[in-house]
Amino acid sequence: MSNSGFPSVLTSLLLGCFALPAAAEPSAARQQELIHLVRQDCGSCHGMTLQGGLGPALLPATLADKPVEGLVATIIGGRPGTPMPPWHRFLAEDEAQWIVAKLMAGFPQ
Amino acid sequence: MRRGLQTLLLGLVALLLAACAGAPLRGTGDLGLVIERASGHVTLVNTSSREAYARIGGLGDLSHASVVYSRDARYAFIFGRDGGLSKIDLLEARIVKRIIQSGNAIGGSISQDGRIVVAQNYTPGGIKAFDADTLELLSEVPAEYAPGRFSKVVGLADVPGNKFAYALFDGGEIWVSDFSDPRKPVTQRYPAGQQPYDGLVTPNGRHYLAGLFGEDGIALLDLWQPELGARKILEKYGRGEEKLPVFKMPHLRGWSVAAGRAWLPAIGRHEVLVADAATWQETGRVAVKGQPVFVMASPDGRQIWVNFAFPDNGWVQVIDTLSGKVVQTLQPGKAVLHMEFTPRGEVVWISARDDNRVLIYDTKSFRQLGSLAAEAPSGIFFSSRAARIGF
Repeated sequence: MSNSGFPSVLTSLLLGCFALPAAAEPSAARQQELIHLVRQDCGSCHGMTLQGGLGPALLPATLADKPVEGLVATIIGGRPGTPMPPWHRFLAEDEAQWIVAKLMAGFPQ
Repeated sequence: MRRGLQTLLLGLVALLLAACAGAPLRGTGDLGLVIERASGHVTLVNTSSREAYARIGGLGDLSHASVVYSRDARYAFIFGRDGGLSKIDLLEARIVKRIIQSGNAIGGSISQDGRIVVAQNYTPGGIKAFDADTLELLSEVPAEYAPGRFSKVVGLADVPGNKFAYALFDGGEIWVSDFSDPRKPVTQRYPAGQQPYDGLVTPNGRHYLAGLFGEDGIALLDLWQPELGARKILEKYGRGEEKLPVFKMPHLRGWSVAAGRAWLPAIGRHEVLVADAATWQETGRVAVKGQPVFVMASPDGRQIWVNFAFPDNGWVQVIDTLSGKVVQTLQPGKAVLHMEFTPRGEVVWISARDDNRVLIYDTKSFRQLGSLAAEAPSGIFFSSRAARIGF
């Protein structure tokens, strides 16, 4: 039974998985805090269901064509001239990356 | 003996009558509701017994929901974020009618004569007028401030003459629409300033104020002399200093006027701004714990209660309007979102979203008198709003 192809496929799959979120995932407890923050506090302007309000919608369809780095930069640094504030006091960059990845995939409840 | 029989018969008749009448008659003056934002429910409450008496679900996305009351204070009109407009009967504790009127709404108001309910919308930007009895659409005013460009609408307030004043966040204008003919509103436009974020009308219905996000100042329109146009007050209150990041927009309503002065949240500052309500000159500032969200006067105007934006949203402070000083600092719970006074202000109800509780405080002793369970409570709305101009 030859499965010589398997390890390399597996390796590349695994590499792929780890390559997407560049940094380590936040702990499970921190993820819950981040989900709460996004739903409740980002939700003040973007809507609790993230369908938009004073701020734009943050749904997978609305974010699909936006570059990830730009979205992360907006969360961390805010967007001058708009009400979007910088969140760097409350979020590390890898946490902002995790939030963006989750927003683009469909944010957890 | 005969007398005894008579009494017995009378008693029986009274019992029968009571049975036929069903539920006893009652007014709605001490009723209200609490929005449970996360689950699309409202809890109906009684402010005399300080208890919940019913809970209603199926109301859609209630984040940023707000409520106005019918003129008879029996029906609550709930404006949901998802454009839902629901009419609730406080006495029968049920949904009378529910429609989806837009894609994304921010609140509403009811006309002076109580016949028209108006919703303010982000998407599509504009206002829509509905018959208060049937929720039939009567007319709409798209907020098209330039050809093909529509603005989000904020700060909708009813003003005398069956008119509504509101502000255009993207358009930088105050609009006043006259619904004397509910199917043919007539709108006047007034340049206001950069990015109005909310508005209020003074309790007498004379002045409309729009808070500005894009610049330091507040736009003021005298509705008794609208031909003079909007002017700026409290201009440059930041004095060129860099403002702090704003993690939540403040909310304005007619409760901001007390003791002859207007008490207004400063944007990006840990301050309440104070202006003389006759001359509109700044008369002072009050340093507070964080960035104010609600700055609410008690019904007698003696106290101002202030809650704050994230991350200071566990605090509530009370300003005495006579001394202009903070006289009390409270920590009612996690994520305080809203406060509501009973009609004459002896107690205030405070929602603490992340504690899933509504706290009830005595406004004189500042003691907590009780609390109610509610799921992620946000807005608290008592029926006494029915009789107020600007709501």
